[in-house]
Amino acid sequence: MKWFLALGLAAAASVANSQTLRIGLAEDPDILDPTMARTFVGRIVFAGLCDKLFDLDEKLNVVPQLATSYQWSADNKSLTLKLRDGVTFHDGERMDARAVKYNLERHKDMKGSNRRGELAVVSSVEVVDAATVRINLAAPFAPLLAVLTDRAGMMVSPKAAEAAGEKFGANPVCSGPFRFVERIAQDRIVLERFANYWNKGQIHFQRIVYQPIPDATVRLANLRSGQLDFIERVAPSDVPQLRNDTRFKIAKIVEIGYQGITINVGKSDFAQKNPLGKDARVREALDLALDREALVRVAMEGEAQPGNQWVAPGNRYYAKSVPVPKRNLERAKQLLREAGVPNPSFTLMTPTASDAQRMAQVIQAMAKDAGFDVKIQSTEFATALKLSDQGQYEAFLLAWSGRADPDGNLHIFLACKGPLNNSGWCKPEADEAIEKARVTLDPAQRAKLYETVAQNVARDRPIIYLFHRNWLWAHTARLSGLRTVPDGMVRVQGLKMN
Amino acid sequence: MANYLLRRLAQIVPTLFFVSVLIFGLQQLLPGDPAIALAGEERDPEAIRYLREKFHLDEPLPVRYWYWVSGVLTGDLGNSMRIQKPVTELILQKLPVTIQLASMAMVIALVIGITAGVISAVKKDTWWDYGANIFALWGLSTPNFWLGILLIMLFAVQLGWLPASGYVSPFEDLKANLSAMIMPAFVLGNAIAAVLMRHTRSAMLQVLSSDYVRTARAKGLDERVVVLKHALRNALIPVITLGALEFGTLLSGAVLTEQVFTIPGFGKLIVDAVFNRDYLVVQGVVLFTATVYITLNLLADLAYFMVNPRMRH
Amino acid sequence: MAAVVFQELEARQGGKTWNRLLRRGGAMFGLAVVLFFVLLALLAPWLAPYDPVATSWSAVRAAPSTAHLFGADELGRDVLSRIIWGARASILAGVVSVSISLALGVPIGMAAGYLGRWIDALVSRITDAMLACPFLILAIALAAFLGPSLTNAMIAIGISATPVFIRLTRAQVLAAKSEDYVEAARALGNPHLRIALRHIFPNIVAPLIVQATLAIAAAVIAEASLSFLGLGQQPPAPSWGSMLNTARNYVDQAPWMAIWPGVSIFLLVLSFNLLGDGLRDALDPRHK
Repeated sequence: MKWFLALGLAAAASVANSQTLRIGLAEDPDILDPTMARTFVGRIVFAGLCDKLFDLDEKLNVVPQLATSYQWSADNKSLTLKLRDGVTFHDGERMDARAVKYNLERHKDMKGSNRRGELAVVSSVEVVDAATVRINLAAPFAPLLAVLTDRAGMMVSPKAAEAAGEKFGANPVCSGPFRFVERIAQDRIVLERFANYWNKGQIHFQRIVYQPIPDATVRLANLRSGQLDFIERVAPSDVPQLRNDTRFKIAKIVEIGYQGITINVGKSDFAQKNPLGKDARVREALDLALDREALVRVAMEGEAQPGNQWVAPGNRYYAKSVPVPKRNLERAKQLLREAGVPNPSFTLMTPTASDAQRMAQVIQAMAKDAGFDVKIQSTEFATALKLSDQGQYEAFLLAWSGRADPDGNLHIFLACKGPLNNSGWCKPEADEAIEKARVTLDPAQRAKLYETVAQNVARDRPIIYLFHRNWLWAHTARLSGLRTVPDGMVRVQGLKMN
Repeated sequence: MANYLLRRLAQIVPTLFFVSVLIFGLQQLLPGDPAIALAGEERDPEAIRYLREKFHLDEPLPVRYWYWVSGVLTGDLGNSMRIQKPVTELILQKLPVTIQLASMAMVIALVIGITAGVISAVKKDTWWDYGANIFALWGLSTPNFWLGILLIMLFAVQLGWLPASGYVSPFEDLKANLSAMIMPAFVLGNAIAAVLMRHTRSAMLQVLSSDYVRTARAKGLDERVVVLKHALRNALIPVITLGALEFGTLLSGAVLTEQVFTIPGFGKLIVDAVFNRDYLVVQGVVLFTATVYITLNLLADLAYFMVNPRMRH
Repeated sequence: MAAVVFQELEARQGGKTWNRLLRRGGAMFGLAVVLFFVLLALLAPWLAPYDPVATSWSAVRAAPSTAHLFGADELGRDVLSRIIWGARASILAGVVSVSISLALGVPIGMAAGYLGRWIDALVSRITDAMLACPFLILAIALAAFLGPSLTNAMIAIGISATPVFIRLTRAQVLAAKSEDYVEAARALGNPHLRIALRHIFPNIVAPLIVQATLAIAAAVIAEASLSFLGLGQQPPAPSWGSMLNTARNYVDQAPWMAIWPGVSIFLLVLSFNLLGDGLRDALDPRHK
């Protein structure tokens, strides 16, 4: 007994040592190579490991990081970047224009790269001088800067990348505040402070240990028992008790992604066989049967913001003329009567995660009031992806983690040629607007174009957007300096243990 | 005896063959496409095409089986598609963790199980019997993951005595390692304790009514000596061999416990790989643990055979 | 001769067994609890105070009260009603899975044990192979393949548990095969099938019943485990396993969501275990 107490005290004492920051992740990241990486959680590790050309601030503005400024050419087909001076990679190599060129080409051309689509429009990269790079595009591309704030903008050491080739992810060499030490799969990723970091004044830790702990309850238990200093993706139901605990602080911000129901309206013949896919009135009825406020309250404990577009209502590209609908059961029933299907039935493909399951059950109950018979089909992630890519579904409860530029939330899903357009929706008017908004750089013009798209989407409802969740982080009250950015990343600059 | 050994060894080859077919087949059965699953949220058709080519996903099944098996026979179990590490490396990395967890669980199981079994047999049909029964059974009667969460809530969050989850290498910090492993080992050991209790009880009852023991009693030996020295020793033989088998099961069966306590052992590795469709990892690790299990099986049978020459096969 | 043999068989089972079972307190307790839950499951439509899937936004995670004796869950559903209806799922999960295992395992095991030679070798190797793979992994792979649902979980568990029954049956058949009465029956010229069904099978029933009872206990736990991984009973239908799984996110805020399914699973599984152990004692003349 005494032994255990001593152990507990020792554990408490080690927490007081502020040299190491222990962060609990919700999943185990995949390959730690910015070119090949595919997971959201991997980006959190990259935030400590790899700096990128640009970063985002709390308002989603593009701010300098490895690049200090940018300049579009007159025809918007060329972006010139000025790079920061004196930046080196973890192995001592200089971070200069040649390195940037190497990296961008690697992102584009390497076999197995997952950044190809993001940089598809890039036709060539020129080294103007050691601190200046020019990126030439096949056509203007408004989302480019936002793309460069994510993995496509991360720079790795060309020397290390050349040497390791495909195996680079086993021992990544970047230019971020911390360098890679070791990784034990499903156990931990250890990073150590990089002495020559260009912004080292902002770094107050010697080490970071990322520990993947998939179970939210156990992750929180680790925070509460003092083994972790910081956890991401706190379960909404845990927020009230954390609020009452003065040892911890909660931070939150609305995500840039969304939670919605993607409906098969034309991807395969499933669409024609199902009233939901066939008739826009049935979709409208479903939309009106839902009480988003109650959905958020019951399924997410209020930790979300109701929405009806691919960006949240506070976003500058949100079309205010297409507001979030309120529940209207009478109209929903009327629509169903008009459509000739008073009791439509459809299958809602639902991921197995507990919050998705909760949401689906609330939707089922609400839709029932209007006459819908919603069948919940729990589907594992791997299977769900395949089924949706093949159009073998009627409706899919899908969450999208979001991209900083609105195009990133829209084009892949709703453009006629969108690679993940699994609803099979293709309306010329909307498509034109989507494509045009990509090549227009003026925010006001883009907003107008997105308004057109929003009106079309609201009419047809290939996707019924439900809400935008809050990113929820919890950490020991002694930790300060956390910046809440809507992309959900944990930026280590400025974090300090008091 | 040599005959028996040879015959058993000869059986291992076809058994392992079936294991390989079984685990390969099961992975192929899983719906979904490994390339799409791994490509994740932002699947790029080029990247998917590349993955399919690289891992021979478009080849016919027998060909893929052959690719895999021929690699295995030369010691190459393939790579994890998800994190691009060789499966062999992952196995070596997690083997010490798994062995430690299994060993600690086994010790707990033996202590609880054998004690409860002896008490239950000696004090048959009394409250001691029922009590020992229930004590040993309660671990088997609660889902692992649930017991684990309860223990974490109590010992880590409420009392702060033990870490909530995770693993620390014993070479890094022995105390931290033990305190992290004690709860998962307890959860696992509990379930096995029941099985061991049953067999101990069974074997004890048998031995206690045997001539051998009756003679010892007739000789006027103290009851405790009779029980502990004579009866128990004989009763333990089948129990120990069973224990060896359970140990083998523990190597890969600690799936849920490892999930809850985030112990980076084989169980967690396999189940995560199943859901990520990282099938080479599943196949490689299961083949490895199956081999160990079959070997332990053989050793246990040999031990039993040697101690009990009356066994005819 | 045959008559003597059959009398002996009858004497081994039947009346004496029941008497012996009655005397084992643990087994009686187990039997009583099992019967209680079975009754609960059968009478669910009349016993449950609410519709188990009826949500209520105002009763979200309501603490136990006169309106909701066991409290309400995260969607305002009555926990007591879900426990009562969930008994069906959990008991079915146990019974159906084991029935599948028996239906598959016993004939195969008998064939292997009785017919011997290459059939035995083949079956034994495949059984060994299945037993060498972790049970839960087999079940997960099968359940994932079939698709998440209670029925598929039962099939997956049933198939994964079959090797145990194959092995048990085979061992019992091998032991019985060399008994006098079987040799006698064969000498009398009885066809194989008749010998198998009339002579051997009744003798192996006892250990099978014991193992089946214990396997039901394990199957209920297995269903809960599969629910933990998202592969068991699908929402909104209740099963104790999936209720427990959902409840673990609310252990602090709404412990009643977890207590009742946890206690129910515990009691049911414990009871099957006690019953199985008691049956083993009662059916084994050496354990008098």
